[in-house]
Amino acid sequence: MNTSVVRVAIAAVMSIALAACSSGGAPPAATGAPAAAATTAPAAATTKPAAAPTTAPAAAANLTASDSGVTKDSILIGATVPLSGPAAAYGTIAKASDAYFHYVNDNGGVNGRQLSYKYLDDAYNPAQTVPLTKQLVEQEQVFLTFGGLGTQSQTSVRDYLNGKKVPQVIVATGATTFAAEFDKFPYTFGWQPVYQGESLIYAQYIQKNSPNAKIGVIYQNDDYGQDYLDGLTKGLGSKADEMIVDKEPNDVGAPDLNSQILKLKNSGADTLFVFETPSPAIKALVAASQAGWHPTIYLNSVSNPVPYIQAAQKAAGDDAAVNGIITVAYLKDPADPGQASDQGIQLYNQVMSKYYPDGKPQDAFNIYGMATAWSLVDVLKKAGPNLTRQAVMDQMANLNEVDNPFLYPGVVVKNSPSDHYSITQEYLAKYDTSANDYKPLSQTIDVRGQIKFP
Amino acid sequence: MRANLALLAVALVIALAVPFVASGFQTLEVAYALIFAIAILGLNVLTGYSGQISLGHSAFVAIGAFTTAIGVHTLRMPYLATIPLAALVCGLLGFGIGLAAGRLEGIYLGLATFALGVATPDLLKKQTSLTGGVKGISLPPLTSPIAALSDDQFFYLLCLVIAAALFVLAVNILGDRTGRAWRAVRDAELAAAAFGINVGYYKTLAFALSAAYAGVAGALYGLATAFVSTDAFPFQLSIALLVGAVVGGIGTIGGAVIGGLLTEFLPIYAQQLLLPISKDLANAAPGAVQGILLLVVLGLARGGIAGVLSDIYRRLFEPGSSGARPETATESAVTPSPV
Repeated sequence: MNTSVVRVAIAAVMSIALAACSSGGAPPAATGAPAAAATTAPAAATTKPAAAPTTAPAAAANLTASDSGVTKDSILIGATVPLSGPAAAYGTIAKASDAYFHYVNDNGGVNGRQLSYKYLDDAYNPAQTVPLTKQLVEQEQVFLTFGGLGTQSQTSVRDYLNGKKVPQVIVATGATTFAAEFDKFPYTFGWQPVYQGESLIYAQYIQKNSPNAKIGVIYQNDDYGQDYLDGLTKGLGSKADEMIVDKEPNDVGAPDLNSQILKLKNSGADTLFVFETPSPAIKALVAASQAGWHPTIYLNSVSNPVPYIQAAQKAAGDDAAVNGIITVAYLKDPADPGQASDQGIQLYNQVMSKYYPDGKPQDAFNIYGMATAWSLVDVLKKAGPNLTRQAVMDQMANLNEVDNPFLYPGVVVKNSPSDHYSITQEYLAKYDTSANDYKPLSQTIDVRGQIKFP
Repeated sequence: MRANLALLAVALVIALAVPFVASGFQTLEVAYALIFAIAILGLNVLTGYSGQISLGHSAFVAIGAFTTAIGVHTLRMPYLATIPLAALVCGLLGFGIGLAAGRLEGIYLGLATFALGVATPDLLKKQTSLTGGVKGISLPPLTSPIAALSDDQFFYLLCLVIAAALFVLAVNILGDRTGRAWRAVRDAELAAAAFGINVGYYKTLAFALSAAYAGVAGALYGLATAFVSTDAFPFQLSIALLVGAVVGGIGTIGGAVIGGLLTEFLPIYAQQLLLPISKDLANAAPGAVQGILLLVVLGLARGGIAGVLSDIYRRLFEPGSSGARPETATESAVTPSPV
């Protein structure tokens, strides 16, 4: 078969189909798009060196870049995130990061360069993350990936990105491996507190305050859920076997968690650890309430924003389903009226209302997105006008950020060439249905140096 | 005939030019289309020529991919050696399933293969030690052994050579007595049996060959993504392959190539086209366009795009001919009996 004829045929058939299903102006676009798609040239990097010698050398020295994705006035950043699928609740993070980048652009950009954030939907499915990441690197020619979300997803592209020497920074996962195995993956950096650190804080708290607790654990059966469980088991140490009476895994995207919750209830557990993403976490909370089971609940921080707690409360039709949930936090709390006058929260609300008006300001995932974006902008600024991937990695490895306005007072983002744990401070908090928000239960606790991996 | 050969030569030249004209990423996209074409060709042999339907071909693609992943990752085999191995594993599996499938007809065969397509990813997921479970298996990226070729160029040419070989093989088998037996079985099973054709044997053989093709496609897919997990082979992949086969042109060799190109590029373009209009519309586009195309083909052109093209070609270059193609089910020598 003649492939050019085939291509024409494809375009023709597509136009017909599209004309049939969409209204108005679609058909003219239909014939143009395949050609446009085919002409995207891979030449982003090659135009720079040619242009530099002919323009003023002094200016070129001020703003140079030798890596893909950077020009004298732009930086292209890529990510894969779940905008659909079982973890779609996290999609708002990328939108909030993007909102902050737009705010930065309107205020002069980073060293004169405008930020452009291309985030693609991988539906929390590593099988989609891999080709999409290749697309970002090879087709879009991004300078770096930032905020790639999902433990399994980001693990599945870590080899590839490191092989291509493309920075995979501030991944939106707290899996301990991203902080611990930096010697194997020098181009990869985490940011948020690692899951094993969070579990350690729970383990220390529970041993002090309820040493006779009978713990049941429900966890997502992948590297993310297992990392939390590992941290809890290690944190409880020799008491783990005695205290953890049952642990129930579930696959990603499981339609319901009722059978796991019933098993945990029947195991005699009086304390429930929920290591789940927002949607299954809500299902677990509702299932426990419907089963008439009201254990002390510990909820992992990756599902704790107030809107999700309220959703569970509403679905269960019972305040007791969520009242007293214990979790940890390290960001400022946009749902707390007491913090409304804080400068960071004010900036957050300002950026949200101007650049992301559809987002929910009380959803802490948005302040997470903005805090990570702030750190990236900070790193890019510090990497200087001569922006290279190596300069970014050097800045990441020596980051000591004490002024991120979206982090809880006193929390720092700190790396050194031998320690990539970034944020290690968190405080315990307890949900109070009368306030519709969390109340701090402790001062910030720093677990730096206490996490053993593997 | 001479014109046909000329067309084939032009197609081959274009196919060979792709990696040297397109960017690395686009080359890889066309390689995916070739991979789909191989799987669709296998499905075409089964459905188009032997008359059996399969909604479970995603299972064979998955097993082919995992054969390669386990071969490379766990057994440290050379890449290329895993491709025939995947063909063998899937061929044997297809033979076994074909034995059972030969006893089922129509809707029952559809349902049985549907179960295969749905159950296989979950079954593979449970074999954590073998398949990596939910984590899947990451492979080191394929590197080109030829210095003059980039990794993408090498991989594309590898796919092209394998696809060409499998197409030649299919043409030969289909033109031979095996192909004639398949068509006889497809068009009139009772009559075929009466002529002394071993119906069960030929049905099973078609399943085995078809599964082996799907296995090769799976192996190449695994090498292309360098990451194999069960989530990459949902039941929907079976449907996509079947739609590709029907829209491309069921019962034609060229239809498989068109089907492969459609399966790879149609979802991408449909999404790109609708994105400026509405994000929700764009997300729904790949499935919707597949459905619409299928309806159009079933309603207007049973021969698929290959059939339409070949009609046009005949009208243009062979004014004497009627435009009807000799290779469709409606042209069969014996009308199917309703038994």
